[in-house]
Amino acid sequence: MKQVYDVLIIGAGVVGSAIAREFSRYILKIGVLEKELDVCYETSGRNSGVLHGGFTYKPGSLRAECSVEGNAEFDKVAEELDVPFKRTGKVVVGFDKKDRESLLKYKAIGEENGVPGLEIIDKARLQELDPSAGGEFAMYSPTTGILNPFIYNVALAENAKENGVDFYFDNEVIAIERDNDLYRVVTKKAVYQTRWVVNSAGLNSAKISSMLGINGYIIGGFKGEYFILDKKAGQFINMPVYPAPGPTGGFATHATPTVDGNVLIGPDSVLVDDLVDYGATVSAMAGLIADGSKMFKHVKPEYFIRNFSGIRPKRIDKETGKALDFVLEVRDEAPNTINLVGIESPGLTSALPLARRAVKMFSEKEPLVPNENFYPKRKGILCFAKQTDEMKKTLIEKDPNYGEIICRCEMVTKAEIIEAVHNSLGVCTVMGIKNRTRAMMGRCQGGYCETRIVEIIKQELNKTTEQVLYKKSGSNMFTGTVRK
Amino acid sequence: MTIKKDVVIVGGGPAGLAAAISLYKQGVEDIVIIEREKQLGGILRQCIHDGFGLTRFKQTLSGPEYSQKFIDLVKELKIECVTDATVIEITPEKKVVAISKLGLLVYQAKAIVLAMGCRERTRGAISIPGSRPAGIYSAGVAQSYINLYNTMVGQEVVILGSGDIGMIMARRMTLEGAKVKAVFEIQPYPSGLPRNIEQCLNDYNIPLYLSHTVTNIKGHSRLEGVTVAKVDEHLHPISGTERDYACDTLILSVGLIPENELSMGCGIKLDGRTKGPLVDDYYQTNIAGIFAAGNVLQVHDLVDFVSAEAEALAASVVEYIKKCRLTPAAINIIADADIGYTVPQKVSGEKDFQISLRVKRPLKNCEISVIQAGTAIKSIKLQKAIPAEMIKIRLTKSDLISIDDLKVVVK
Repeated sequence: MKQVYDVLIIGAGVVGSAIAREFSRYILKIGVLEKELDVCYETSGRNSGVLHGGFTYKPGSLRAECSVEGNAEFDKVAEELDVPFKRTGKVVVGFDKKDRESLLKYKAIGEENGVPGLEIIDKARLQELDPSAGGEFAMYSPTTGILNPFIYNVALAENAKENGVDFYFDNEVIAIERDNDLYRVVTKKAVYQTRWVVNSAGLNSAKISSMLGINGYIIGGFKGEYFILDKKAGQFINMPVYPAPGPTGGFATHATPTVDGNVLIGPDSVLVDDLVDYGATVSAMAGLIADGSKMFKHVKPEYFIRNFSGIRPKRIDKETGKALDFVLEVRDEAPNTINLVGIESPGLTSALPLARRAVKMFSEKEPLVPNENFYPKRKGILCFAKQTDEMKKTLIEKDPNYGEIICRCEMVTKAEIIEAVHNSLGVCTVMGIKNRTRAMMGRCQGGYCETRIVEIIKQELNKTTEQVLYKKSGSNMFTGTVRK
Repeated sequence: MTIKKDVVIVGGGPAGLAAAISLYKQGVEDIVIIEREKQLGGILRQCIHDGFGLTRFKQTLSGPEYSQKFIDLVKELKIECVTDATVIEITPEKKVVAISKLGLLVYQAKAIVLAMGCRERTRGAISIPGSRPAGIYSAGVAQSYINLYNTMVGQEVVILGSGDIGMIMARRMTLEGAKVKAVFEIQPYPSGLPRNIEQCLNDYNIPLYLSHTVTNIKGHSRLEGVTVAKVDEHLHPISGTERDYACDTLILSVGLIPENELSMGCGIKLDGRTKGPLVDDYYQTNIAGIFAAGNVLQVHDLVDFVSAEAEALAASVVEYIKKCRLTPAAINIIADADIGYTVPQKVSGEKDFQISLRVKRPLKNCEISVIQAGTAIKSIKLQKAIPAEMIKIRLTKSDLISIDDLKVVVK
């Protein structure tokens, strides 16, 4: 007989993975369906990696509530889940009177939302905080931080997995049927039965919502492109530098350091019809350079190592076209469902607060039995590059694979690659290894290590050349062997 | 435990091997080559095509055959080689730290030879628009997959950039049954050597389009096609000239960059034009006792010249080991607008030397002169000069007439 899930979550982005993890605190049979081959393929892995303060969201909104709550708890979360995180603070810079008014407005909103420590600072203080920042004055938000979005998503999913959650990748949901008291969730691969469905499908949340019988949501895809700058540029920046929001709110192109020492320039924001096209465009690149240079003085082509883009799934008002708040709801027309629509920025910051609220909604319908074996901690792959010389020696003595550097730009060893290849979620794409180890993220972009990583994947997982995938289903890297 | 050495050579490719042999033969025997790969030979290991050694050995060899001649000598002389060890740090005090399966290796050297070679410029560095499917490879990576890993990267190929490795891969993939549709070069002239255009493209009817570039990349999973457009004299794509090419593979051959991450970490000053260290006529960097030669210093056309440069460097290192210092170089070499760069960038005036340079654009019937204090102290006439071919001018100590800076000009 087919097993029946108590809760089936659609989407393994940061929100879906956080929900899975929070539900795993209770005695429930939980599964996660993901259309891609790994977590954080879309919006969750395509953003600035910022832990937001929460000062730009309308007071009383779910975004405001969740971001403030998520920000306050993140030191503990990062420690528990071993997520690279720095509470850097952030400056929102202004140049003219209009900007000053904007900053004062958002300072007041932030204070109403309960964001601690906001202050307006003059140019001298701004230069002291971040000498590379543009701007004549700024609002300083000391609680804003930066985190590794890939690792956070992976960590939530791995912790959920360790606590008994099943993950099914390459399972795009194509239909959902109600069958007596159960849902039959049909994917391109299989059919799953479940008592509850959680929709955390991000860009596809309106589509899944309709499959559940909740109609009327419109998702607008706002694409934002980025440049990634070399770590050589990273030495010049201490914290995210954002421009003062314009009259419609929301941030334009900013400069953000990453926890690993690179700099991100972006994103811009363009409404797009195609929600799967992440291609870089010439027009956006030119805009990023112009706008980014106002924020960060070292936007130079010699630092460019890669471009990427993300698409924010904003919930749009049909009439006005305005972006609306996050939706988190249970609805009578779709019993036993928890519906999340339009979770965009600050989704990374809000993931766990949203997850707890989802669990609470469930518990209002059904009693929950705590899982006594729930283990809240997750340990990541030890980063060899960050160890002391003494520790490096010890590690090599313990495992000689630490003595073999595979990625020279980021100093990632064979031991780390092997550990990543055997990740508990069973992800085996080249991109999956990259997101877990930083191999191939450096300035040579895999020129040295990609061939070696492919060999390790083949050897460790007993795969043929034809089976090696780059990132998506069908992204076969090779057409075969040269000679039999 | 720190291991003391007269000379630590970072890199066991053609430059490192030639430097080691030359040092040893001149009596500096307390040396070690540190190589991150399992074998010596560097990038030549994957260059299975021929054409190496014509200048040096008067015969045409494959890359592995060329390097084997040096490896055999290194073995015969019993020069110490530590393979499978990646240098992670070089200090101005000439400490060298490497990671290997044996642990952390720490060397204290009297002199260091930088022979790390170069790496390929990437898509990100030149910001090619479009999506990021599987099937986009730099030429050297594709070469490595095909020649070292028995792995075919694709069947329908477009190549961007007319660098030598790209053209060599056009031929290599054609020979293995792939269809190479075209090579596109953004500049109005090829960036690779004329002999490769003949032997790798023309002989296989592979078209080369100059003043063209890729303006879009399509496909979400595997590459499905690229859009190519003509460019104007500012290298900007001309609207209306776009053409789509269906392909599953895009090979990038868009330039090589000297690999100087270690040098920078040590405070070695680089030349923004060559991306290699600024050196004098001793091949010495701004840090006394640290020398550079081969592709880490400047990207060469032919390995024969890499070997020769490393041997010239070795003579200086021998002198440095003996005297503990070399004459400071105070005569700068200044290149005019038509010349991309010169190596060295300054000279001591105490010895004979050679200036390597490249012209920035193709020139016909030109004269390149070295001028000091208003006088042309050396001139060479060339029927043609192209950026793809490195030009060398030999000067003797007696050619110099003062201690004024040298200007290199094209007429």
